[in-house]
Amino acid sequence: MKTSNGTVLPSVVERGGVRESAASAARRDAWARRLPLLPAFIYVFLVTQIPFVLTIYYSFFRWNLLKEGSSSLFSGHRFAGLDNFATLLTNGSIRTAVANTVILTVSVIAISVVLGMAVAMLLNSEVFGKGLMRTLMIAPFLIMPTAGALIWKDTLFNPLFGLLPYLLSPFGLGRVDWVNRFPMATVVAVEVWRWTPFMMLIILAGLQSQNPEILEAAQVDGAGAVQSFRRITLPLVRPFIELGALLGSLFVVQTYDSIYMLTFGGPGEDTTNIPFLLYIVGPGGGYNIGQASAIGVVAVIITIIVATFALRTLFSIFRVEARR
Amino acid sequence: MRVTLTANRSKVLWSVVGWLVVFVFFFPVLWMWLEGLKTEPQAASSPPTIFFAPTLAEFREVLSGDFPPFFINSAIASIGSTLLVLVLGLPAAYALAIRPVPRARDALFFFISTRFLPFAASLVPLYLLARDLHLLDNIFALVLIYTTINLPLGVWLLRSFLLEIPNDLFEAARVDGAGFRHEIWRIVVPLIAPGLAATSLICLIFSWNEFFYAVNLTSSVAATAPVFLVSFISGRGLFYAKLAAAATVASLPVLMAGWIAQKQLIRGLTMGAVK
Repeated sequence: MKTSNGTVLPSVVERGGVRESAASAARRDAWARRLPLLPAFIYVFLVTQIPFVLTIYYSFFRWNLLKEGSSSLFSGHRFAGLDNFATLLTNGSIRTAVANTVILTVSVIAISVVLGMAVAMLLNSEVFGKGLMRTLMIAPFLIMPTAGALIWKDTLFNPLFGLLPYLLSPFGLGRVDWVNRFPMATVVAVEVWRWTPFMMLIILAGLQSQNPEILEAAQVDGAGAVQSFRRITLPLVRPFIELGALLGSLFVVQTYDSIYMLTFGGPGEDTTNIPFLLYIVGPGGGYNIGQASAIGVVAVIITIIVATFALRTLFSIFRVEARR
Repeated sequence: MRVTLTANRSKVLWSVVGWLVVFVFFFPVLWMWLEGLKTEPQAASSPPTIFFAPTLAEFREVLSGDFPPFFINSAIASIGSTLLVLVLGLPAAYALAIRPVPRARDALFFFISTRFLPFAASLVPLYLLARDLHLLDNIFALVLIYTTINLPLGVWLLRSFLLEIPNDLFEAARVDGAGFRHEIWRIVVPLIAPGLAATSLICLIFSWNEFFYAVNLTSSVAATAPVFLVSFISGRGLFYAKLAAAATVASLPVLMAGWIAQKQLIRGLTMGAVK
């Protein structure tokens, strides 16, 4: 009565004279449909939710690996109530880290959206060598972030041997130690370099979905360049910009590689964002499990706020597609 | 006549502007390659050396030195996790697109929400679990974690490709009594080859370049290519050419894959939302 993949075909059931209620047949069909989904679902569920629950759990405990290193996952550490969170509130580090995360994310996304838009419009216009331009343009996004950050730091920004201080020396800006004097600006610059191609790709896809006849018609009707950009192009690519900005911010919020390579969170805490603070407090030297977990909880809350918007945008784009 | 002339002039003008912008963005990559082809004194000279006789000495040193094990670890972690993503993700995408499970939308939402949980929030427990399971500094731990990172993206992306297969094909196959496995191998896999390529590409990019878990969960035996580059941080003095050569080699697989599969890149990065 069963097909090879375990589904019960209603017609077969009837022919066989087996009385099976419609409800149980439907239930069986639902499980047959779920079967291929289950391995992936269970895998993702276990590997993401167990650590997530443990993070919340540990955030209520006092546990420092340096002092209680031998203690196991569930014993040997003291319940601390909300102490870890109270410490976070009174300790300036988390406030600095949240502020740095916001500054970094907002400026990287804003600048790379504007630059990405400009480059996308260039690549969408009549220019020579479009294909090659696009190919070269996406390279910064593909380069390993740790490698890119090192190249910027040691061969471009380096005050002694770097190219940038050399090129800027005629303007009286030679030998400036960019990374140490403007740490946040350096991190932002390197991240903008990396994320502009990402924005460019998404916005370019939006521009290419535009019907050129509409723009031409607008020009015939006497619309200027600025006007047709604001009235026609911008509304059209807006969902693409939103998608790029929100997906991008979910990644940039987690920036770690370039901070580790460029500034190591410093000088002081000037470029320490949330992931980096968690690293410093936790596996990067502090080994304070309770405290690091509390920072993790804060990171989740911030991400949920951003992600709520991101997912709404993603779904609205899917709805637009479905209507087509 | 007048019109074509100004049109041509504007094309030249915008081309020049465009190429200048592209040059600025591409320059650090080009500079990385050039630095790798210099000798150490040339790479650490003031003013910077612009014209020089290229040498492959530093590349040779990187490839014959301590770098290859890191590169191999990266390959194991990325290829292993990519295969796992395809094996787990394709049936899941089937169950979300072809014969959708009840509340498929919620399942999709669940998958993608896990991708955007901050890495930081799971680092501490994963570190402790790895410690207690003796998986610290074990490449297997990275394979498992990268699979988790990429599976949500893979499911979304594969689903978007599966939705494009006409339903008639499956109905015809079902009339012929084809089972799930037959449908996957005979219909799905051949028809969504570009989708499998796009998914592999995205998985490769994210796992090859991943640093946060790699640097925190490995130290020497299982350390990957980005972790190798950490050793250059403190490298004051004469290691810029070697650094640039190592950075070039470390970046090469993803750069090549991304360039070859450019068309799939945008779709992969937006999880199928933008084609």
